Amino acid sequence: MKRPELVCPAGTPAALRTAVDAGADAVYCGFQNATNARNFPGLNFTPAEMEQGVAYAHARGAKVLLAVNSFPTAGRFDLWREAVDAGARFGVDALIVADIGVAAYAAEAHPDLRLHLSVQAAASSPEAIRYYVREFGVRRVVLPRILTVSEIKDVKKEIPCEIETFIFGNHGLMVEGRCSLTNYVTGLSTNMDGVCSPAAQVHYDKEADGSVATRLGDFTIDRFGAGEQAGYPTICKGRYHAAGREDAYYAFEEPISLNLATLLPQLMAAGVEAFKIEGRQRSRAYVRQVVGAFRGAVDQVLAGEDPELADLVALTEGQKQTQGAAGSKKWR
Amino acid sequence: MTGKLTLGPIVYHWEAEEKRDFYARIADEAPVDTVYVGEVICSKRTPFFDAHMPEVIERLERGGKQVVLASLSEVVIRRERNMMADFCAIDSHEIELNNTAGLFDIDGRAHRIGPLMNVYNERTLGWLAGKGASHVTLPVEVPRAVVGEMARAADALGVGCEVQVFGRASLAVSARCYHARAHKRTKDNCQFVCEKDPDGMPLSTVNGQSFLTVNGIQTLSHSYVDLSGEIDEMVNMGIGHFRIMPQQADMVAVAGIYADRIAGRRDGEETAARLAALKLAAPLSNGFWHGREGHRRFGPRAA
Amino acid sequence: MTEISHDTPAPRPGLSRLLPPPPLFLLQPVLNRVVHRVARLHPSLFDRLGPHRTARFVIDARGLPFVMLLVPDPDNLVFRALPRNREPQGDARIAGGFFDLLGLVDGESDGDALFFSRDLDITGNTEAVVCLRNALDDVEGSIAEDAAGLFGAPGRAILAALRRTGDRRGGTS
Repeated sequence: MKRPELVCPAGTPAALRTAVDAGADAVYCGFQNATNARNFPGLNFTPAEMEQGVAYAHARGAKVLLAVNSFPTAGRFDLWREAVDAGARFGVDALIVADIGVAAYAAEAHPDLRLHLSVQAAASSPEAIRYYVREFGVRRVVLPRILTVSEIKDVKKEIPCEIETFIFGNHGLMVEGRCSLTNYVTGLSTNMDGVCSPAAQVHYDKEADGSVATRLGDFTIDRFGAGEQAGYPTICKGRYHAAGREDAYYAFEEPISLNLATLLPQLMAAGVEAFKIEGRQRSRAYVRQVVGAFRGAVDQVLAGEDPELADLVALTEGQKQTQGAAGSKKWR
Repeated sequence: MTGKLTLGPIVYHWEAEEKRDFYARIADEAPVDTVYVGEVICSKRTPFFDAHMPEVIERLERGGKQVVLASLSEVVIRRERNMMADFCAIDSHEIELNNTAGLFDIDGRAHRIGPLMNVYNERTLGWLAGKGASHVTLPVEVPRAVVGEMARAADALGVGCEVQVFGRASLAVSARCYHARAHKRTKDNCQFVCEKDPDGMPLSTVNGQSFLTVNGIQTLSHSYVDLSGEIDEMVNMGIGHFRIMPQQADMVAVAGIYADRIAGRRDGEETAARLAALKLAAPLSNGFWHGREGHRRFGPRAA
Repeated sequence: MTEISHDTPAPRPGLSRLLPPPPLFLLQPVLNRVVHRVARLHPSLFDRLGPHRTARFVIDARGLPFVMLLVPDPDNLVFRALPRNREPQGDARIAGGFFDLLGLVDGESDGDALFFSRDLDITGNTEAVVCLRNALDDVEGSIAEDAAGLFGAPGRAILAALRRTGDRRGGTS
């Protein structure tokens, strides 16, 4: 069995070092601006930190993948061009891109630099993937979290590039790169600004009965009772009323995290080259525990053993986990 | 003023009869130049209307409309992949692509790029134009400044540039069907419950505030985008095509109102009054244009 | 709009049982020294805080007889203990068990996980809180250790004892 790469999140330089020390084969990270899809306050890397991060990882045999995976708007392309050029200058091992213009620029300006297709490009069919391979020489695709294991296996047979799949973390429901819900409510765009549910517009209103209302901009997107588990304050994890439903319900998805730990052997057998852990917005504590657990599990599968799976449920959203689409078509 | 009025595809699951009657009326009465037809949202819905397509196309063309065929926006399973490949082989009409799989299949032949594709900048547009894209409809969320830059880039490339000026904003698509979920079903076993909501299924907040609209795998705004007040500005920028999206409303009247506005026969204020008189099912919004919250509505000089 | 809540939680059995409540006038110079030491050791923290350096954070470690006010402005650092009945107006309020908050500062617990399980309450300027959390998380080693180091071996011993207590309690106080 081929050894898959464990690709781990790094929201800060400290998280990068934590991930590398915990056994990450590669870390992914971004600059402190709109060029990546986790443009959150206090997160991400200055150019100097990126350069040091690459040195730290390379000295320990780990790779650094730079996410430049948002969509530049006309007139702002220079910021993305600078991010791509800086990545090349610092010797990152690959760029993770989503926009066709950015991919075209990177392929032309840095033909030797590996390109990975971000999940934000939403390439969910062999044709879509082969388009990016044909046009820009993409070497790896990060698959959207909407395919079953057997579908992943079929895709693998039809594409001339590597596959990276998410195995743990936040379980986005909307097709990535095609969601403007945040912009409708906050005026900041996931695609254009790299922002999802900006914290500046998230408010928690405590009610007298101990329940908490989650407000994003002008809209209350959920209300949870005193003892209820909470989730991310994103529109797609909120509760709403619809005709024919008695109570407010999770119209899109409940607060829940993806955990494909038990599917690792099948995914490896399907030929998946890299496993991705979501969570650049999470803490070092999360990175240390999740990366450590999956490092152990992957190594055990490679050694032909049944993986011992650490209990990661405390770190999951809503303290619930799912195999999502990978487990069953019924998820759709 | 110059500019063409276009009618976007019906994104909801209307009954075949209703669609046929709708297009017959559009053909005879609506002052639109171009009509986009085709199922964009759900591959499972297509069999219901496929048989009527030739007749509808013929009817629209007889009414003097240009017909452009619109593709699916989501291509995952084998059936959808085959549909996209067949779609890209069409040479009788112009086609609009709404998924990257089509870019692979089309392989350099002429095509339009739909609003569900991510064309946010001049480089992306330039690349696509170099591979056969002749026309682009911009994503609904792009603000004024970006529309201006894109209009300029499109003009330089000889590419048509279109903006949605009326109807709900498409905000997201998913692999999961939220209509089926609302009825405790799965996508494979949906029994086409979306047909019960010809203007989409409203979602409101726990406070009872109208918020979003579910249409199968698609999530739309509750509000109807209305950029009638911004059309002068867009014409000056070089936008040549203005799209109205079918809603459960008197779309012939809506088309008339926008056609008058584009032709300069009515100003923004008169247009707003005429739209208000239609008693539309949802409030109007233009926040995206102003680079603000999409649900909001700003006056001509506000923001 | 502000959502600062002013409810005073009922006294809980917790840390107060462990430590006698120090008079605030004795505590204040200690807090001052702690915050200045942390600031000196970790200047990069302030870059990450960006515009939120001047935000006023009210920190409510449940079980303590006082609340704390933090203004992480390197030019005018404020870290002050105030009686609960004189809780100051802040831009953001962070409430949680003492040991959970200690774990956060220490990089030992995950803020999102504490939030999901409702062990952490946030009101007011959420962005400032997220930014503070992210900035603190980039500080390697232990901020608590740095602070305890001020008091030499006794300080570190007290911290170790506190952590053991926290572990036994499974985090929440």
